[in-house]
Amino acid sequence: MSTGTLNYESVEVGDKLPSVDIEITPALIIAGAVASRDFTPAHHDSKAAQAAGLPDIYMNIVTSNGLMGRFVTDWSGPDATLREIDIRLGAPNLPGMVMTISGEVKAKQDDDSVVEVEVVGENNVWGMHMSGTVRVALPQEN
Amino acid sequence: MTPEETKALEKRIHAYVGRDLGPPKRAHDDVSTAMIRHWAEVIGDANPAYTDTEFAAQSTKGGLIAPPAMLQAWSLDGYPMADPSRENADVKREMDDVFDEYGFTGALGTNCRSEYFRDLKPGDQVWAHTVIGSISEQKATARGISYFVETVTKFTNQRQEDVGRLTFRVLKFIPQDQPAASAESDASAPKAATRIASPRGHDNKWWWDAVDEGRVLIQRCKNCETLRHPPRPMCGECQSVEWDSIESTLDGEVLSFTHLHHPKFPGYPSPLICGVIKLAEGTNIVSNLVGCEPEAVHIGMKVKGKVERVDDETVLPQFYPC
Repeated sequence: MSTGTLNYESVEVGDKLPSVDIEITPALIIAGAVASRDFTPAHHDSKAAQAAGLPDIYMNIVTSNGLMGRFVTDWSGPDATLREIDIRLGAPNLPGMVMTISGEVKAKQDDDSVVEVEVVGENNVWGMHMSGTVRVALPQEN
Repeated sequence: MTPEETKALEKRIHAYVGRDLGPPKRAHDDVSTAMIRHWAEVIGDANPAYTDTEFAAQSTKGGLIAPPAMLQAWSLDGYPMADPSRENADVKREMDDVFDEYGFTGALGTNCRSEYFRDLKPGDQVWAHTVIGSISEQKATARGISYFVETVTKFTNQRQEDVGRLTFRVLKFIPQDQPAASAESDASAPKAATRIASPRGHDNKWWWDAVDEGRVLIQRCKNCETLRHPPRPMCGECQSVEWDSIESTLDGEVLSFTHLHHPKFPGYPSPLICGVIKLAEGTNIVSNLVGCEPEAVHIGMKVKGKVERVDDETVLPQFYPC
């Protein structure tokens, strides 16, 4: 990623973030769970996922949150500060699916130079995986 | 559930509201560059504030920071979680046991709110303290009778400074009878939805077969040469049942259109614009308008159609602005 960071003044309500497609693979689901220290069986053992009523292992929330956070900071740049990720959970991400994350600037908070981004992660099989708001503080000009 | 059972359940579960799962607990691992790098590698997060020491030092962060979204990772129990028979003897388990007693064995995460107050740096300790925050009144949801249960975890560091707060809402419900799980028999991954298949009957199969081959035909009466669409057995002008067809150039103009906003249909694009196109040959056809913003579509807009593969199973004509 480029190491430039957007400044608060340059962002406008309605700005759309470049959307990104994430291929959901067994490696991503399992490695994401392990890297977040989440060994809940349904994230690495398909039989456990099936006992919970799903056809296969599914992505854990820390990984989903991580992808959302990355999506926003890829756009903002590294000198931004993530303040909040507030999401509604929808259908799980299973291997073979593709999740598309898209976002739009919904509001700006001048007193703490925080930008509110509405984000949606939709997978191509079951639709909405997660949707909500990411709040990120941006540096001011000068 | 009888009203008495509901009252008894609610009295017992509400006793848990406000109780904590134990004292603040130190995470198994202090914040470390190795765990950060491994996590960022999987997420595909190349933010240099997480892994590039030199960049981080000259940034506003002053040094490497842990990805905020990783906050829970420090405190999660790790490999012992893989054992499904593991006994978790805490207040939340007690409360879940009460729900189980009344049949509320289903659980689904519905909301997750993570607030980040302060960056974590390599070497920081992370402390987590979870409280059962609230339980909703009984709700009727798509899952049946349900309760929303919210737990709140506060994260602090070695200086007792607030690092973050996680508010997690779960729906507890009585699982409805499921049809026999097809999970065991169907090992293949769920497939992406495709468009509703065209119904092909005696009167129109020939038309759709031509579309599959890339051609849009228009039925023509053999007796009086009147064109007609959609295909049907008899001419409306002369009642002849003899017909043949011509191929359309797919030049046309928009007669009418609708931009479908809601709901979104799996397998269909969004935006989705459906129009009636008046073809140059004189007949009309219902089709999608693509290749332009919905706001650009207008009555009288000149369009050109193309027969295209729109998904794994479907070939359709669709119309582009000229």
